[in-house]
Amino acid sequence: MKRRAFLQSAAAAMLPLTAPGLAYGAEARLLKFIPQADLAILDPIWTTAYVTRNHGFLVFDTLFGIDGQFRPQLQMLESAGAESDGLLWRLRLRDGLKFHDGTPVLARDCVASIRRWGARDAFGQALLAATDELTASDDRSIVFRLKRPFPLLPDALGKASSNLPAMMPERLAKTDPFTAITDMIGSGPYRFKADERVPGSLVVYERFADYRPRDSGTPDWIAGPKIAHFDRIEWHVVPDSATASAALQSGEVDWWEQPTFDLLPLLKGAPEVTIEQIDPTGFPSMARFNQLWPPFDNPAIRRALLGCVSETDEMTAVAGTDSHLWRADLGFFPPASPMASTAGTAILQGPRDYDKVKRDLAAAGYKGERVVAMIATDFPVLNAMGVVGADMLKRAGMNVDVLATDWGTVVQRRAKKDSPEKGGWSVFFTSFSGLDQFTPASYVALRGNGQNAWFGWPTAPKLEELRDQWFAAPDLAAQKKICEQIQLQAFVDVPFLPLGLYYQPTAHRKNVTDLLKGLPIFWNVRKG
Amino acid sequence: MRAYLLRRILATIPVMAVVALFVFSLLYIAPGDPAAVIAGDQASPEQIAHIRASLGLDRPFLMRFGDWLWHILHGDLGTSIFTNLPVAHMIAQRIQPTLSLMVFTLALSLIIAIPMGVIAAWQQGKWPDRLIMVFAVLGFSTPVFVIGYVLAFVFALELKLLPVQGFTPIEQGFLPFLRSLILPAFTLGGIYIALIARITRAAMLDVLSQDYIRTARAKGLGQGAVLFVHALKNAAVPIVTVVGLGVALLIGGAVVTESVFAIPGLGRLTVDAILRRDYPVIQGVVLLFSFVYVLVNLAVDLLYTVFDPRIRY
Repeated sequence: MKRRAFLQSAAAAMLPLTAPGLAYGAEARLLKFIPQADLAILDPIWTTAYVTRNHGFLVFDTLFGIDGQFRPQLQMLESAGAESDGLLWRLRLRDGLKFHDGTPVLARDCVASIRRWGARDAFGQALLAATDELTASDDRSIVFRLKRPFPLLPDALGKASSNLPAMMPERLAKTDPFTAITDMIGSGPYRFKADERVPGSLVVYERFADYRPRDSGTPDWIAGPKIAHFDRIEWHVVPDSATASAALQSGEVDWWEQPTFDLLPLLKGAPEVTIEQIDPTGFPSMARFNQLWPPFDNPAIRRALLGCVSETDEMTAVAGTDSHLWRADLGFFPPASPMASTAGTAILQGPRDYDKVKRDLAAAGYKGERVVAMIATDFPVLNAMGVVGADMLKRAGMNVDVLATDWGTVVQRRAKKDSPEKGGWSVFFTSFSGLDQFTPASYVALRGNGQNAWFGWPTAPKLEELRDQWFAAPDLAAQKKICEQIQLQAFVDVPFLPLGLYYQPTAHRKNVTDLLKGLPIFWNVRKG
Repeated sequence: MRAYLLRRILATIPVMAVVALFVFSLLYIAPGDPAAVIAGDQASPEQIAHIRASLGLDRPFLMRFGDWLWHILHGDLGTSIFTNLPVAHMIAQRIQPTLSLMVFTLALSLIIAIPMGVIAAWQQGKWPDRLIMVFAVLGFSTPVFVIGYVLAFVFALELKLLPVQGFTPIEQGFLPFLRSLILPAFTLGGIYIALIARITRAAMLDVLSQDYIRTARAKGLGQGAVLFVHALKNAAVPIVTVVGLGVALLIGGAVVTESVFAIPGLGRLTVDAILRRDYPVIQGVVLLFSFVYVLVNLAVDLLYTVFDPRIRY
């Protein structure tokens, strides 16, 4: 073969290598999505991980679903009502609901599911604590007999935050709540394709043909008809943010759930990409104290530190200088919550006076005790928050020992109740979904139940008492009033320092439309 | 030879035992708690303790190690704490991408690096030699992820010739499979090409100064025959040694490359398992990597006899 002929043949042979991918005929029925993290755990009752919650909404359905006004609406239910002064609730399932294995959804499945969820979820625990008897009176009727009125029953069963009150077949729901289920049989709009799952890389869902959406209402958050427009949804786990950004720009994926803040300017300039903010509740951030050991066992010291908090500095470090992406007026409830108020927040506003904070700390009895500040460096948001937060404590004159490590180590060490000298800790930095802090029901960081409380173990009887009152409050106005008192009490007890709230945008191709507000959920969305 | 082979294979058993003990002990003393990661950010300490107990993570070291070893001896690598899937199944799911990437990178590196080294030695001190050495230095000194990003930017985002990320299994077609490997292989191969090219050059320079090369030239052999038939074969032993040792570089590099290109291979499986403290997976993958490395070294030792008949076992 002559050299020129060889080169021509070689070039021709290489052409298919560089040709674009295969035909995209079925592209409109396929959605490729990059989730915030790998879906390591499938059971939405077993973990509070948000990625598992999002997966849960695809596979499982819920009895109620909250709407954009955060009001619970009927979802799997045809009707729900309270009788006997709120001591008896009757819930009736819609007709024709089926699980992915083809069996009908029965009331006894839901009863078992509620019991399993109620063993793990804080809101569920409160509901079951108020419940005398939970039964299935027939195939479609669920009956709650209560010890005391629990007007928030629909809110509890329709909560959109973790743990998800997912309805599953009785045989699965009878699994010990502390043992994870892996058999993903739900009654949601998509079925989980276990045979195609590659942990750490790929999760596949296909449309559940027998799913019956509600025949009335408007899709809004988790409420209304769940219309599935895709035959197949693929979750591609892309751990590197630069690669995820490039994959979205090149059209290899359609939707990236959580683009990192540093890449937003780049994505804003990409012609085929849209940046959207679907979650109006944001991510409230905090510095959480260990109240078992000095110096943060002293409430006066915790209160003194309120004077050095700069939410603006924190949020600028986390999300940049575009103030549309954050709020620096956070109290103890996210601004989107009806429970939010300005009660007591003045102390967090205005110029910061570190000399005064130093004086206040000394007056409160701070004697230079070592403060072990844990910072998770593998999450950019938590790293930025921790670095600024630790600096804030240092500028206030505290003897800070920064422990920069990975999140895996932080979650292990924060569970230790030993003193900081013996491998314990003093403070760590984290953020929650705003939904988790929307009301006292699921707000673990505002609990004050001592050794049983969330990490940091605050003992705050007044906060606990107000929480109990909130559950029994008859209406929204009464709930709001109690939450004002909770916030004022939180400024006294200071279970954590509020560090501001950031809004996590999502990024998708321009041809992906009709995303619902709230969570990354996959009904109603379509692709042109 | 057979006796030697048998001896070497038997010798892998104590090596693997030491690796097993070392890995298990290291993970035991390393900070981290899979139960806390599983439970999620809002779980209470009580819930975490429940999960820890249900996973058997609260048992003493010797019990856990003994249990794990017993299963290993029965061919069971255990079950992932997070996915509840057998570790062997997870490894089997991930082995094709990693193996493909490593074999492709190895082939690509040898095809590029050996001629580079030969040419550099042949043209010692001239511009081709200097140019090749500049490439070699760049290959050594540029981090894998930088090469990866630059290649992805140029060839995927700008020129749109190749995919940014992902892996296409060979069952879905050879050409898509090849397309998904080109950028990762060049990324991973950078340092490997540099290493082999430099060693080839050094080994060739040594051989080219030998008397028999002068004799080969004196009897009128062409430059190609002298370089590739007479010189290269005699320079092969140090090259093969470095190729074998470099497999460790490939394994380490695969971890980064698979993350940059979102390839679902063993490297990413390892990183994910370490971040989550999924102990059975970490132990299984490290054991596998150690075993592969031991086998590669054995293969290198055997290859010596092919290239140098004076070597006998």
